[in-house]
Amino acid sequence: MKTIQVSVVTPDGPVFEGNAKMVSAKAKSGELGILPGHIPLVAPLTISAVRVHDVDGKTQYVAVSGGFIEVRPEKVTILAEAAEIAGDIEVDRARAAKERAEQRLASNKQDNLDAARAEFALKRAMNRIDIATKR
Amino acid sequence: MALKDIKARIDSTKKTMQITKAMEMVSAAKLNRAEQNAKSFGPYVDKIQEVVGSIASGSNAKHSMLLTRPVKKTGYFVVTADRGLAGAYNSNILRHVYRTIQERHKSADEYALIVIGKVGVNFFKSRKMSILDSITGVADQPSFAEIKAIASKAVGLYADGTFDELYMYYNHFVSAIQSDLTEKKLLPLTDIAATKSKSSYEYEPSEDEILEVLLPQYAESLIYGALLDAKAAEHASRMTAMRNATDNANELIGQLNLSYNRERQAAITQEITEIVGGVAALE
Repeated sequence: MKTIQVSVVTPDGPVFEGNAKMVSAKAKSGELGILPGHIPLVAPLTISAVRVHDVDGKTQYVAVSGGFIEVRPEKVTILAEAAEIAGDIEVDRARAAKERAEQRLASNKQDNLDAARAEFALKRAMNRIDIATKR
Repeated sequence: MALKDIKARIDSTKKTMQITKAMEMVSAAKLNRAEQNAKSFGPYVDKIQEVVGSIASGSNAKHSMLLTRPVKKTGYFVVTADRGLAGAYNSNILRHVYRTIQERHKSADEYALIVIGKVGVNFFKSRKMSILDSITGVADQPSFAEIKAIASKAVGLYADGTFDELYMYYNHFVSAIQSDLTEKKLLPLTDIAATKSKSSYEYEPSEDEILEVLLPQYAESLIYGALLDAKAAEHASRMTAMRNATDNANELIGQLNLSYNRERQAAITQEITEIVGGVAALE
């Protein structure tokens, strides 16, 4: 069976390396499913889960905070500023981050930049909590 | 010098040597980690460079971060350490940046400073140069999250036109005994090597929108990479400085020991002469 190599790389080092029969990710323009032999593609990702369907039929979830995906026929590379495998997510920390972001959102409505940043943080935290429950 | 004084100096020098030796070893360990960090960052920046290069070369996409515009204000991003005791690590950079600014600019409106590290912050403050943004207390093994805020702010200030170009100054780690002062033009991104990409990509949804995401991420990763590099250089230069201090202390102790022994011998000789003289007087 044909497989495709998958790696998720962050500035702090590689997070995930492996082979898969299919990778699904959520790009800004919509859901992407990538099979081996896909044409070369670059797309920005949303804050979401990347699902790696491996050869044994199991699915690995990787939380990514945006970034983008680069596809080649034999290899998928995801470059994100932060990424975590579902099993490595610390739920308590994600919850704390979520609360912090909510408080910040509630306290300042005027400052657009801060609000946008807090909203971003909230999204990331919720994404991580979400994915952690799927492992 | 009296015998007791020499003894006290030997003791205190020995204690100082213990400290410098310990600091040398700590820095050596940190240097190892820092080199590893820089290594694990490598794949990320290589990949991002490749993709940016292939988009920038393969298309006529125009993004504000790729275009040179008339310069009204220049940004300087300066990376220093939080502490001294690292030889010429900080002073080299600060002296160079200060001189460069004096040469290039006539008034304070023409430049803006972004500084990492306490030493740099204090340096510019004491010269009454205003600092746009700074962070201090960066961990010895910084994570990307720590740097993200200041990096994206620097990129944002370029995007919103606060300054029209951004230079970065840091020490580039060459080896444990050498680091090079580096000046790098960060923005606009003019020196993206037109990499010969193996595959021409499909862009989803469009090149421009990808550049919108990719270029800030790329610029931020360059800042982070430079910081990792600078951290390695910092540990290396602290290690070298401390090794020199230890060597000097060793030498000093040797000299002091010599004069201690000489002094002691002189005292003994004098005593014997006195006794002999006393005996001779009695006979």
